[in-house]
Amino acid sequence: MTFRVRVLVRLRPSVYDPQGEAIRKAIAADPRLSAESVRQGKMFDLAVKADSPSEAKTRAEEIASRVLANPVLEDYSVQVLLD
Amino acid sequence: MARFAVLVFPGTNCEGDVLHAIEAVTGQPAALVWHKEGSLDGFDAAVVPGGFAHGDYLRAGGLARFSPVMEPLIRMAESGRAVAGICNGFQILQEAGLLPGAMLRNVSLSYVCRDIRLRVEANSSPLTCGLAPGTTLRMPVGHAEGNFRADDDILEALEADEQVIFRYCDDGGEASDEANPNGSRNNIAGVRNARGNVAALMPHPDRAYEEALGGVDGRRLFESLHRFTES
Repeated sequence: MTFRVRVLVRLRPSVYDPQGEAIRKAIAADPRLSAESVRQGKMFDLAVKADSPSEAKTRAEEIASRVLANPVLEDYSVQVLLD
Repeated sequence: MARFAVLVFPGTNCEGDVLHAIEAVTGQPAALVWHKEGSLDGFDAAVVPGGFAHGDYLRAGGLARFSPVMEPLIRMAESGRAVAGICNGFQILQEAGLLPGAMLRNVSLSYVCRDIRLRVEANSSPLTCGLAPGTTLRMPVGHAEGNFRADDDILEALEADEQVIFRYCDDGGEASDEANPNGSRNNIAGVRNARGNVAALMPHPDRAYEEALGGVDGRRLFESLHRFTES
């Protein structure tokens, strides 16, 4: 079976995010809008062949840790999308 | 006689500058090596030049470590031979786990392209072995992601082991905030590995090795690299 798996990669909380901060300021420039903070990340949708959702998740986690995220800067989370 | 390999990935764009700089400054032979090569046999040192390897897709330098040439490059580093990186080459060596830390987007969010001043912090690397600590050098930077990051404990260890080899500084040699072009922690512009045979920096010595280029301070780094191969 092929499972759709969504991987979110974001900067670790301790890492300053210059892009997120620039976006926060842009939001604040509109007097009707405000956000206390903005953190920018990346989203990846993978199609993963596996026998079960849990196996698909394990496979995607390995891809995330080895390729999609740089552990020096980033964390990731993995979610199997079930329609 | 030392033979230098200059690695070329799809999107590398400083290989010609580095090749010519090595030949012009050291008088030693250098050759371009395409990223699909599976061997670096016969080379005494390798330089990973600047550019946008694999388009900098995913992360700067992030996909280059999956190129076939990285396996012999890692073996070369393990054998104690010199491996050096410049700009994108620095990011590639970090992503490959050969150098510590990672590069974040510049704090200014701008691509920074101008002359900066560097202070040599340690001469225990292939890029600085011919330079006295405290020496300052002028050469250009050109990058959007040169904001050096490492966790506090790693940063402390790097400083304690003198693995920081270059720091951004002002004309007086002070590593001030004003002299930091990208927000790097501790004004770090270059580091080496623990063993002392892999080193890299964000600024471009390959854009400062002839008077016609506006400066010659970059020569000192290529001279060091040559010297390292003879030691």
